[in-house]
Amino acid sequence: MRVALFVTCVNDLVYPRTGQAVVRILERLGHTVEFPAAQTCCGQMHLNTGYRAETMPLVRNFVDAFAGYDAVVTPSGSCVAMVRDAYPRLVAGDGALAARVAALAPRTYELSELLVDVLGVTDVGARFPHRVTYHPTCHGLRLLRLGDRPLRLLRAVRGIDLVDLPGAEECCGFGGTFAVKNADVSAAMLADKCAAVAGTGARYVAAADSSCLAHIGGGLSRRGGAVRPVHYAEILAAGAAP
Amino acid sequence: MTAQESTATRHGAVATSRGNVVALEPFPVAARRELADAQLRANLHRATHTIRDKRARVVAEVPDWEALRAAGAAIKDDVLARLPELLEQFEAAATQAGARVHWARDAGEACQVVTDLVRATGAREVVKVKSMATQEVGLNEALEAAGITPVETDLAELIVQLAGDTPSHILVPAIHYNRRQIRDLFLRRMPGLDAAGLTDDPAALAEAARRHLRRRFLSARVAVSGANFAVAETGTLVVVESEGNGRMCLTLPETLISVVGIEKLLPTFRDLEVFLQLLPRSSTGERMNPYTSLWTGVTPGDGPQDVHVVLVDNGRTDTLADEVGRQALRCIRCSACLNVCPVYERVGGHAYGSVYPGPIGAILSPQLSGGGANRTLPYASTLCGACFDACPVRINIPEVLVHLRHSTVAAKTGPSAERTAMRALAWVMRDRRRYAAALRAARRGVAPLRLAAGRRGTLRRLPWPLSAWTASRDAPLPAKETFREWWQRERA
Repeated sequence: MRVALFVTCVNDLVYPRTGQAVVRILERLGHTVEFPAAQTCCGQMHLNTGYRAETMPLVRNFVDAFAGYDAVVTPSGSCVAMVRDAYPRLVAGDGALAARVAALAPRTYELSELLVDVLGVTDVGARFPHRVTYHPTCHGLRLLRLGDRPLRLLRAVRGIDLVDLPGAEECCGFGGTFAVKNADVSAAMLADKCAAVAGTGARYVAAADSSCLAHIGGGLSRRGGAVRPVHYAEILAAGAAP
Repeated sequence: MTAQESTATRHGAVATSRGNVVALEPFPVAARRELADAQLRANLHRATHTIRDKRARVVAEVPDWEALRAAGAAIKDDVLARLPELLEQFEAAATQAGARVHWARDAGEACQVVTDLVRATGAREVVKVKSMATQEVGLNEALEAAGITPVETDLAELIVQLAGDTPSHILVPAIHYNRRQIRDLFLRRMPGLDAAGLTDDPAALAEAARRHLRRRFLSARVAVSGANFAVAETGTLVVVESEGNGRMCLTLPETLISVVGIEKLLPTFRDLEVFLQLLPRSSTGERMNPYTSLWTGVTPGDGPQDVHVVLVDNGRTDTLADEVGRQALRCIRCSACLNVCPVYERVGGHAYGSVYPGPIGAILSPQLSGGGANRTLPYASTLCGACFDACPVRINIPEVLVHLRHSTVAAKTGPSAERTAMRALAWVMRDRRRYAAALRAARRGVAPLRLAAGRRGTLRRLPWPLSAWTASRDAPLPAKETFREWWQRERA
């Protein structure tokens, strides 16, 4: 199976270790991962801030970069949601592009979808002896319906102490440019999320989206205390022989 | 300028020819003020979570809930596709049954029609059934300006009216008050109440309101209502309520005037079977609604003999013309989206500057009013999607929010730092070489900041506009090596 990694712009620049973790997990399971160098950004921030015209070249670039692969895997629920939920609407008026999106979108997977649904794996052989709580990020939860896939993967990790997050399904207040345009409301939502995370006594808060984790992690860091944000891919990649 | 046009309420909504759907100040400004009220946030948290949990329980017990939602959406879409024909059908049926049907293009006309009708009866006081349409058009302000006293008879609307306040929720307009505050208000505003005898027990407060209202029900000659549904086939109006106050208003007075948005239509009587299941479970979290009143024109010798229906457009036709935005007209005003919204939960309804707050308000108010400070409302959401999941008529609120953001950007003229930045970023990101070079430059550019970032690798302060981020959260730094550099080094 030719699996292409869409690392996402945020991970490429700020959290390369998350992309490296995806590569490690898949290679450990015996798959070959390719990294199409033409990839840039899915265009989610532009679209959701109201810049549709500026989004369209990024849509075309994504389709050009990833056409021809059996599967595209991404450690970001919201970027997959952009491709599967928004792309088809955006390209509806362009027949040729719409056909290419229709072929690509169903083969674009969030990491847990690829592992659980396509590869049929829940135990990836990881070991992570720490207390962890999991925040299901909104687009993975409600647009992709990831359900308990990430949790099933995490429960199979050796040594992990996985604890429930109260109010887990409530948004952390990130929302892309919302965090800046409505910074006060965003901060109020974040304060409640951070308090819930801290209350679990976990050492790590895990999620499927690096942007949300940057938000929660930024709040936790400002609060002080020891809880660290971590992408769940890094937990799944941890502790096994390279 | 008419009287209602000059009436500004204290929370920033202003009555214009489009009524109380036009915010006076940008959402972030209003939200900041409301966020500062700790008591408000506590009241809202408790109330929204109580209704939210109740709704979730009663929705979960309906095995065909998704099919009901789909049916509700399909029926409403059919109404929107055939609106002119169905409106004429409704008018003919209601007229045939003895009602008089009036048409109002906007809020100002609706107020004028109702005021003239009340004046013609000679009455100086009207009793009111809770109604979003009359709140939307600013009817109370218009009646007061004409020397007519509107008396709200829904308990929560009465609380808001006695406080000289504006509603902050579609279903529970006084959601921002707790019972201690309500007791204090009743003691101030209801003559003859005994402070020692009145506790803040909900039953005691309801009893005080009941006594306060009873005299007015019995003496009222004119009632004003809205309608939850208007059946085109039969000319029937339907009011769904919980307290019985509506039933009193709809049956005791001689004259009944109902103000109804043109999108409230259902094609056939049978369609009610879908909506009378969807609405109570979504709004109050009840399996069945306590008081469901239906009337068709005039029934000789029984109930009001002088029956009027005022059909109001007020921006709905404009909304209907927008292929994406028109789904907002499916709304049945259940307020399920408010109760699950993390933004509404923090700021309350007044921050939205319109009688329609929360997620539905963020897409409805800008469309009904067309612009102004309302252009900030589509940005009052993280696009978390909880509203779409809760909506009984499947309004894809996040989709419409994003759609309206594009309209906002398109309507902006002149230079904008945001537009310049977005364009520059898109220009970089559409080309792999420019993109790779930019990543490299960003990584290198922040190298001097690494000392400031310390062990944790985060920054506490960034320049504008990112200072809005670092006001309450630390910011991450780019990594020492980008992913593509790592890939090039390790794998290529």
